[in-house]
Amino acid sequence: MSQHRRDQCVIVVGGGLAGLMATLHLAEAGISVDLFSLVPVRRSHSACAQGGINAAVDTKGEGDSPWIHFVETIYGGDFLADQPPVLKMCEAGPELVYLLDRMGVPFNRTPTGELEVTKRGGGTKYSRGLFAGASTGQQMLYALDEQVRRHEAEGRVRKFEGWTLCSLLLDSAGRCRGISAMPLAAKMTVHAFPAWGVLLATGGCGGLYAKTTTSLICNGAAASLAYQQGAHYGNPEFIQFHPTAIPGEDKCRLVSESLRGGGGRLWTYRGGKPWYFLEEWYPAFGNLVPRDIASRAIYRVCREMDLGIDGKDQVYLDVTHLDSRQLEVEFGGAIEIYEKYTGEDPRTVPMRVFPAVHYSMGGLWVDASHRSNLEGLYAAGECEHLYHGANRLGANALLACLHGGKVVAQSVVEDLDQEASPLPGREIEAEVERQEDWNRRLLEGGGSENPFELYWTLREAMSHYVAVVRTSPDLQKMREILTELKVRYTNLNLGDSGRWANPALALARDLGHMMVLAETVTAGALAREESRGAHYRPEFPERDDSRWLKTTVAQWTPDGPRLWYVPVDTSLLTPRPRSYATDFLEEVRR
Amino acid sequence: MARDILLQICRQLEPGSDGWWEEFVLPHRADLTITACLMMIQRDPMTREGRRTRPIAWEASCLEEICGACSMLVNGVPRQACSTLVDGLKQPIRLEPLKKFPLVRDLLVDRSRMFEELKTIQAWVPGVRLDDTGPGPRIAPELQQVQYALSRCMTCGVCLEACPQVNRRSAFIGPAAIGQAWRFNLHALGAEAAEARLRTLTGSGGIDDCGSAQTCVEACPMKLPLTDSIAALNRDLTRLALRDLWRKWRMIWRSRREMTGSEG
Repeated sequence: MSQHRRDQCVIVVGGGLAGLMATLHLAEAGISVDLFSLVPVRRSHSACAQGGINAAVDTKGEGDSPWIHFVETIYGGDFLADQPPVLKMCEAGPELVYLLDRMGVPFNRTPTGELEVTKRGGGTKYSRGLFAGASTGQQMLYALDEQVRRHEAEGRVRKFEGWTLCSLLLDSAGRCRGISAMPLAAKMTVHAFPAWGVLLATGGCGGLYAKTTTSLICNGAAASLAYQQGAHYGNPEFIQFHPTAIPGEDKCRLVSESLRGGGGRLWTYRGGKPWYFLEEWYPAFGNLVPRDIASRAIYRVCREMDLGIDGKDQVYLDVTHLDSRQLEVEFGGAIEIYEKYTGEDPRTVPMRVFPAVHYSMGGLWVDASHRSNLEGLYAAGECEHLYHGANRLGANALLACLHGGKVVAQSVVEDLDQEASPLPGREIEAEVERQEDWNRRLLEGGGSENPFELYWTLREAMSHYVAVVRTSPDLQKMREILTELKVRYTNLNLGDSGRWANPALALARDLGHMMVLAETVTAGALAREESRGAHYRPEFPERDDSRWLKTTVAQWTPDGPRLWYVPVDTSLLTPRPRSYATDFLEEVRR
Repeated sequence: MARDILLQICRQLEPGSDGWWEEFVLPHRADLTITACLMMIQRDPMTREGRRTRPIAWEASCLEEICGACSMLVNGVPRQACSTLVDGLKQPIRLEPLKKFPLVRDLLVDRSRMFEELKTIQAWVPGVRLDDTGPGPRIAPELQQVQYALSRCMTCGVCLEACPQVNRRSAFIGPAAIGQAWRFNLHALGAEAAEARLRTLTGSGGIDDCGSAQTCVEACPMKLPLTDSIAALNRDLTRLALRDLWRKWRMIWRSRREMTGSEG
């Protein structure tokens, strides 16, 4: 540890795929890294990615290429993503997968021992998905964790697992110079960690919703606190619903999209007979349409046409016709999850599913090199807004994390020779004292509101009012609820004033940040008067490129978010209407 | 279905302090998990006697049995709270922290030893360079299946909890780390450190401490072939020991020959 120079240390917050990838690249460049994570990094949310990772390796000779992958990603994202960074990501795909292969990820194999590829998700007809059983994300997370552990054992990386981010340390010019943080499973006092710069890889904000497939740790609090300290936030209104989740009390467990990719069919009863609504509505792609389209179709079937199975919010996802060996080898894990939580066997009985929040396309605003608007602050992974536009394609999330983690590390290395005079000790102490003061107010608050109850009220309201179909009255209602919740938040009672591993203290802090982010998501949704990708406004059902082919940028103010819009870089592919009723690639190929 | 759920939860506010039991009554609903019950208590932390209690600490994240966080004892059996359905459990349902790890608070324990042990056995593929190109070695699908099965270990600690040989008086590394040692010894590039991994598993705390109780395999939520790992590494260790013996014998034999040679 003797080579650990504080002024050259870079802090990485978040130990999922993006954070670990960045850590590895920084460590290999000889930079000391302090890695902070809410949980042991091996328990990060990347583990939940079941399906696979897209990389246009074209080993099946279908004529796939990074360019086609790019076209489908842009098209799937309804043209809202800046195009050059997306093309770079698609071009990087094959080598990133090869790197993970060399790290020992047990990817599925062909009979001759090569990497196997299959169709893993909607929005494509190409075999582009590489996978490791039904837990590709878990396997990739473990491989990176293992490589980082090697650096840790050799002293280049220090890990702070079980710590929560409290704030960024900013100098008077607004430059980010470190963080304040607090351990969760010990005495909860705030510590300062000055550093050269800070990289956030803190994941998405699906946890703003009750009906979500994301882990409990994905509540957006870290990104929100950076936003409240001056970092801009991009495209907050774009929240992805996954069409096939198992409705659940504590969470909605995901049924992997790879089941649709591998031949699973969605249907419900109409006039007493099975009706394959996706196949009828989208003849060219059928069950392979992207997630936003499938989710809206299920909403339409259940809510507008009242054709949900047993009159409930659910339709069938059917794999009973698939070959039993394919079910076992490719989808064994996905099927086991369904069995475990419902007690029913998907091999013989169709699964009952309904959409749930799954991913946030929006996130901290960063430029193409992953630099935020604050000097010294960077972001990668689901917590930034860069790659998925208005809707993410299946199996692109793992790719974006790996690629983003690599690019952000390169940017940090480029910037490292910039002089950064150390933050004065008194400013650091003042920031720690601000955070401690908040802790004291929370712990000693003698109010009457249970923070856990408020947390669920917020999440349930978001699931109800800012979901797949967003009417103006619903969005207005959510704003009113947030105003009310903020008042109740000033009247908290944690039920425990102790400092030792107090779960209510951690939650109360997060809840404050979550309300700010929920307000920003709602404001973005209300302001965008069009329908694009995952954002659907029935009063404005069409995409409107003349007014809204623009990235939303949000800036925090004490009076609520200030929004403005910047044009999207469409220099590589001219925007065109998005339809999965016909094969759009034929047009592109011509 | 108006049946209520009776939960008994073992509470302890910090290491070394006195513990106590608390009872909670919850309304029954279909498909409830233990996690869902704990969340209901968070929202309304009222004991059966109608006393408001402090928030219960436990570890949880993914809630779909893949992150390994929420291991605890449910009716004395170590398992994941998030995938344990209330229906089918004997009531009252008793929740306790894992006993083989240091307690932090309530149902929350410190499993950091497991991550440290991954360092001890060098659970990684060595020599990976980020700027190299191209895929790794070819792997037969049959071998990939074994590697995958081993690589699903989520360091949840359930196997250590279930193993009678893991306890406060023993240095036994436990089944999880042994499984990972085998996983990397089976990898073409990982095998570079195979001998080093084997040597960390010799002697006290190593593989010899396994009592073949088979409880680890039965308890593992991911159904890892843990006893297969122990058997396979045992064979490799025997081979290594024989080779060591042969080397030693050859050294002695050579030095004796040199001695007799000089006398002649």
